[in-house]
Amino acid sequence: MSIDRATAARVAKLARIKVDDSSLDILAAEFNQILGFIEQLNEVDVEGVEPMTSVSPQKLKRRMDQVSDGDQQERVLSNAPDAREGFFAVPKVVE
Amino acid sequence: MDAYNTWTIAEARDKLKAREITSEEITLSCISAIDDADALGAFVHKTPDKAVEQARSADLLLKQGDAPSLCGIPLGIKDLFACEGVPTQAASKILNGFKPEYESTVTQNLKNAGAVTLGKVNMDEFAMGSSNETSVYGNAVNPWKFSDKALTPGGSSGGSASAVAADLCLAAIGTDTGGSIRQPAAFTGIVGIKPTYGRCSRWGIVAFASSLDQAGPMCKSVRDTAIMLEAMCGFDHKDSTSSESPVPNFEAMLTGNIKNKKIGIPREYRLDGMSPQIESLWKDGADMLRSAGAEVVDISLPHTKYALPAYYVIAPAEASSNLARYDGVRFGRRAKLNAGESITEMYERSRSEGFGNEVQRRVMIGTYVLSAGFYDAYYNRARKVRSLIKKDFEDVFAAGIDAILTPTTPSAAFELGKLETADPVEMYLNDVFTVTVNLAGLPGISVPAGLNSEGLPLGLQLIGRPWEEGDLMNIAHILESATGFVEKPVKWW
Repeated sequence: MSIDRATAARVAKLARIKVDDSSLDILAAEFNQILGFIEQLNEVDVEGVEPMTSVSPQKLKRRMDQVSDGDQQERVLSNAPDAREGFFAVPKVVE
Repeated sequence: MDAYNTWTIAEARDKLKAREITSEEITLSCISAIDDADALGAFVHKTPDKAVEQARSADLLLKQGDAPSLCGIPLGIKDLFACEGVPTQAASKILNGFKPEYESTVTQNLKNAGAVTLGKVNMDEFAMGSSNETSVYGNAVNPWKFSDKALTPGGSSGGSASAVAADLCLAAIGTDTGGSIRQPAAFTGIVGIKPTYGRCSRWGIVAFASSLDQAGPMCKSVRDTAIMLEAMCGFDHKDSTSSESPVPNFEAMLTGNIKNKKIGIPREYRLDGMSPQIESLWKDGADMLRSAGAEVVDISLPHTKYALPAYYVIAPAEASSNLARYDGVRFGRRAKLNAGESITEMYERSRSEGFGNEVQRRVMIGTYVLSAGFYDAYYNRARKVRSLIKKDFEDVFAAGIDAILTPTTPSAAFELGKLETADPVEMYLNDVFTVTVNLAGLPGISVPAGLNSEGLPLGLQLIGRPWEEGDLMNIAHILESATGFVEKPVKWW
């Protein structure tokens, strides 16, 4: 599988990372090096093997669906790049 | 000032309990060592005032005679751990200025045990790297030197390793996703353990690859790792993967008796072109364990070769998902927007300005292997290979093997900048011996084994059965006594 400029641009878009047009060729080349390395996995016979979902056999813990914390609006917002009137502020998303 | 900063935890603990010294004296000696060591780039956010305050509280507890296990012991904290009110930015520009409103469970546990925190130490950005060269703070430097070359302390816990090896603190905490505690420990001549997955709560640790990440201690001796690990770990309801397995008194398990223990030597770890020095240290290590009464046998872990490629699917996949939270909205850095730029442009520019090259690369690789049409071919296949790698270990443990002995790294510390122009895969090869352990969720410890012909430390790794860190550290303790490694770097900084 070889990654071309267009695929590199599509992946960058999916990952929401801006990549300049001038860097796309280098990026595609790096992807190809890494994917070339990963291709080795095709040598392994995985017939009938279950994909791992959890490395330790323990069951995922459950708890009651109850509020256990809250009323910390100021602290929640304290690291926001732009917080106004108790909300996170972002550029306009609807016209 | 006396060099209390060079003490081990065990030494300091005993002298503190005997009231021969105060925590404040030890802490001040570390603070002055830190201020004298900016050339190492190890400490990146210093908190001397907090440290002295904590030391004084520790001294009060010690005076009252009911001191917990790490009372008054000054530590370095990897920048990946959230510490309330202290800059925590995972060595990334995107978290510039971030000060958590909460404390990670591991650092809270350490504080509950009376530890003193000296500040944040350097690391690779988001723990992605093996040389500490991807940090926004600049490189951490290895206190060990060869012919005036500046060497890497390894990564990603490079600042922790450098700080402990240079005696800037008594010990430090690191995290290990593919070898990030053990490789830097080996490169700097110290001891580092990655416990079984689930031992330490991941709550409040900036996430990289959640199914692989574990915190662990980096220390000057095996005994110190035992003391510190016990304080760090334990069940935490805030991390659904943290284990309820009881935490034993690890230090009491250092009995020095390894009679009839069966140590496996995996033939797949013998790489073509491996340095003869590493090969001979490995053999010496096996001989030492044999002389101590263990049985040493050859074993096979047939899927070893596929561990790194599987890791480089799984870790970036999880990273791409974990790092989606850095969007310039709730915390972290937002790009300056021009008039008329949309929210998508805000996301894209915040992330491209805030993430370094290696992080961007891994997020995009992860995005690719998870994208429609490739999920089965890459991500699911890698998870199947991961099952096979884990089964390799289960098979040898079922056959009676107690622990596995391997080199920690394929080389000694290399020159900073050496791999700058290499392709990314070359850097990944650093983790070839350590990454299997994360994929299988097992405990692994690196112990200094000796110096190479250039006078640089090399490490040996022991891999144990799940939840049997106590047994593993007991074997590591024997290896440590047998190798008799006492060398320290010559101070140049």
